[in-house]
Amino acid sequence: MVKEIERVGIPVVHVCTVTPISLTVGANRIVPAVAIPYPLGNPKLTGEEEFNLRKKIVEQALFSLTESVSEQTVFD
Amino acid sequence: METKRIVVYLNQFFGQIGGEEEANTPPQSFDKPVGPGMGLQQLLPKNCTIVGTIVCGDGYFNENLEEASATVQKMLDNFKPHVVVAGPAFNAGRYGMACGTVGKIAHEMGIPAVSGMYPENPGVESYRQYLYIVETGNSAASMRTALPSMAKLAGKLANHESIGTPAEEGYLSRGIRRNIFVEKRGSERAIEMLLKKLNNEGFDTEYPIPHFDRVEPAQALTDLSKVTVALVTSGGIVPKGNPDRIEASSASHYGKYSIKDLTSLSSDSFETAHGGYDPVYANQAPDRVVPVDALRALEKEGKIGQLFPYYYSTVGNGTSVANAKSFAAEIAQELVSEGVQAVILTST
Repeated sequence: MVKEIERVGIPVVHVCTVTPISLTVGANRIVPAVAIPYPLGNPKLTGEEEFNLRKKIVEQALFSLTESVSEQTVFD
Repeated sequence: METKRIVVYLNQFFGQIGGEEEANTPPQSFDKPVGPGMGLQQLLPKNCTIVGTIVCGDGYFNENLEEASATVQKMLDNFKPHVVVAGPAFNAGRYGMACGTVGKIAHEMGIPAVSGMYPENPGVESYRQYLYIVETGNSAASMRTALPSMAKLAGKLANHESIGTPAEEGYLSRGIRRNIFVEKRGSERAIEMLLKKLNNEGFDTEYPIPHFDRVEPAQALTDLSKVTVALVTSGGIVPKGNPDRIEASSASHYGKYSIKDLTSLSSDSFETAHGGYDPVYANQAPDRVVPVDALRALEKEGKIGQLFPYYYSTVGNGTSVANAKSFAAEIAQELVSEGVQAVILTST
């Protein structure tokens, strides 16, 4: 799915937990997520901590879209 | 004949520990065949015995790759198998990645390994050079046809018999070329193929052209404060009740849902339609999969121009590459015409 979006020229970032799959599929900008059933969250945290964690991952995802990449890049 | 030791790797489901709620189980070992291992034992040559089974949750394996790998390696060290059999994993992505990793660990220890997967399982592309992966159907319904081919290959590997080509043995091409002796030289074979092609007759290529479908990275954005960002997910978040009836597995379509005026995705109005992972956490807080709340906050802070008032959703579980490609191609066209300049795509 990421490739079809990128094909029309829109920069896209894939936020996912199993980054090796994303690399195999061919995403160019990848941001690692927390866990498969809750990629952008963590039920063990308080509501506020969890929101901050999610915001941080989203900010990292947005940051990756401002970085020039020439090959597949995982933004840890 | 010398007795050969076989070890089987299974996920929590086939290892009879439990369903998705047990997907976080760390590796465990048993000194006997379990689940599909029982059927496999019947099909193996008489001198091959399943001496152990390693079972690990699919979630645990993929989320704790290093720890899981280290534990599995220790377990294999104790069992000292001649061959490792992993799966079959059919079209289960996480299970396929785990089986492939186990095959790679075995390969690095000098132990041959066999698995079984559907050709679109991501484990095939990632690990096929390390182990023999028998082609299976996309669900456990093909267990009966998968096990005999896997048993035959495992038996041959255990007894150091020569392994035929992928077509002869039923495994997926490993991208390995081997020298063989044939009657006719290359130029003659090439001319014969060319003549067949000109006559519209079928022929088997000796070297299929590898298909690399890579897309150039799109140009980076310089200023996000004026950009419209859209959210797309394969995590199956849908309005409660799943109005478009997106399938829990092997999705045939996607949905487009309004998030206009919403500051977050509440559990009263949204849920996940995705099968194959424990839905509890996504249902409790759908923002954990589609982070509307975080993007709204960033929109308010002026870090992004605006959040596109719709998000797109489908289910990635077992969905064919062809379907996913066509969904995203449609979505992409629409995003372009709506002036969306950046996309965050989330997967579970």
